[in-house]
Amino acid sequence: MARYVEAVAPVESSREPWALPRAVRAVAHFCRHKPLGALGGFLVLVMLVMALGAPWIAHHDYDYSIAGSRMKPPSLQFWFGTDNLSRDLWSRVVYGARVSVTVGFLTIALATMVAVAVGVSSAYIGGAYDMAVQRVVDAWMSFPYLIIILSLMAVLGPGLLNLILSLSVLVAANNARVIRGAALSVMQNPYIESARAIGSGHLRIVLRHVVPNVMATVIILATIGLGGVILAESALSFLGLGVPPPRPSWGSMLAGSGRSYMQRAPWMAIFPGLAISLAVFGFNMLGDALRDVLDPRLRGTGTGPGR
Amino acid sequence: MLRRYLLKRLVVAIPSLVIASLIIFTLPRLLPGDAVQLMLEEKAYGKDLDDLRHKLGLDRPIYIQYFTWVGQIVRGNLGESLWTRRTVVEELGSRLPVTLLLAAMAGGFSILIGIPIGVLSAVRADTLRDYVARSLAILGLSVPGFWLATLVIILPAMWWGWTPHLGFTEFRRNPTAHVLQFILPGFILGIASGAAIMRLTRAMLLEVLRQDYVRTAWSKGLRERVVVLKHSLKNAVIPVITILGIQFAQIFSATVIIESIFQLPGMGRFLFDAILQRDYPVIQGINLFVVSIIVLINLLVDLTYAVLDPRIRYS
Repeated sequence: MARYVEAVAPVESSREPWALPRAVRAVAHFCRHKPLGALGGFLVLVMLVMALGAPWIAHHDYDYSIAGSRMKPPSLQFWFGTDNLSRDLWSRVVYGARVSVTVGFLTIALATMVAVAVGVSSAYIGGAYDMAVQRVVDAWMSFPYLIIILSLMAVLGPGLLNLILSLSVLVAANNARVIRGAALSVMQNPYIESARAIGSGHLRIVLRHVVPNVMATVIILATIGLGGVILAESALSFLGLGVPPPRPSWGSMLAGSGRSYMQRAPWMAIFPGLAISLAVFGFNMLGDALRDVLDPRLRGTGTGPGR
Repeated sequence: MLRRYLLKRLVVAIPSLVIASLIIFTLPRLLPGDAVQLMLEEKAYGKDLDDLRHKLGLDRPIYIQYFTWVGQIVRGNLGESLWTRRTVVEELGSRLPVTLLLAAMAGGFSILIGIPIGVLSAVRADTLRDYVARSLAILGLSVPGFWLATLVIILPAMWWGWTPHLGFTEFRRNPTAHVLQFILPGFILGIASGAAIMRLTRAMLLEVLRQDYVRTAWSKGLRERVVVLKHSLKNAVIPVITILGIQFAQIFSATVIIESIFQLPGMGRFLFDAILQRDYPVIQGINLFVVSIIVLINLLVDLTYAVLDPRIRYS
């Protein structure tokens, strides 16, 4: 007993003066136990820095043609080479992160709000309302995701706002179903009944007890969903129905007029695709690790829209 | 018992189909008004605006339009292309086999990739091999198919001067080449689904390996091969079947892109062309067709599941 106290006490006192903030320690713990998740988090961080700091990180403007340097291979001057319109690919890839981050985060923010509202209300109210909502969600889910977004985009026309709206409808349907499930299991807890017993109103129960307890699920879904949305955005831009030019999107950089030059200048194809893969990989890795840490029950619920 | 279950599942599937048809029906009607004008100018489909509205059936009350459309579908009429004036059913007839063969190959590849790697990963859980397999699976879910397809076309050309054949060889002209041309696009399509199947196989097998009867099998002195492949895998694979329906929808989506890149005249490419040409009746027709197929596949999956696993009551 005495030995135990001796062994512990000095550690405690030595840590006290420069104890790290709780958040930092949580992050350090996460990195040590989930190295792959930490790698994912690092990739996400790189992407965010690229998007936010694009004007400082990029060497040129994304649409600037550098005279006399058409389709130059990667070098010290042009890290990723140049394309058929003499534009610096490194700068275009960096600015491309902006499109992915904008579409990704706005879509997920919108979809998450809708999904929480629909999922939690569906679970809480139940009955005919729940049945009706679940039927609609099922119907949405029975569409192959790319086909419905393509059809939506064909009707709405290309554009950033339309892209975000149609992607978020789809993500919201998928997430609402999972959140409903999580909310249903939260409502089995005795503290919900106690809250009702002490006379809490519906709104209070939902906002103070149900919603905070499904937040882990919401965060995991959002992280994994971000990867899916970025993948979907790049696919749509590749097909010419996503973000319209001149904004550089990673997907559209792989398509269009540049395609016929790619055999002579393969770096035009390699780097934008690598950027998409690493970004999506990062979000998926981070989401997987977060799920293991926050809510192991969610295993096998898939990743992103249509998966 | 089975018949009652089938009937019940069909009844449950109907509301989904009705809602899906409502969504598909509403889509072109969200169009801004001048789109009809555009259709008139671009395609000269009608004499004037009123004539065109009449031909598209847009001049009648909305619910009558819907019931007319549903009535047509029930009689097997999926609509008519604004461009070619041929019916959607007619057009689908020649394109469906291409997409089905492609999807079947993709499905085959995804199972061939997913299940063996999933088994290895579960049996050697938390070893280096498992980590590599799991990371590869997440990578498989992250890499866009259109990028892989692009690389497959440009890189071999650069290194060895070999390019995969783009374009379409008909079965009548050269049966071997007809089948072979699907292997590469089928493999690329199968990667993402294979990764999803691998993850689920691993998770399910880990669950089964923990059960008592598996411990009994071990203590009888059975070899690992027998315990894993004969006793455990059978039970672990059953839940994997449930995601095959979702995976099929996923593969269907991806055919839109892959068929365009490899220039295969399938349903996905047909839909994409219709979207570019704003051929709304075709878009509607294909959407409804695809959704019906997916609902049907999900029904089949449920039935297979119930037949394979007797513990599941037909309820």
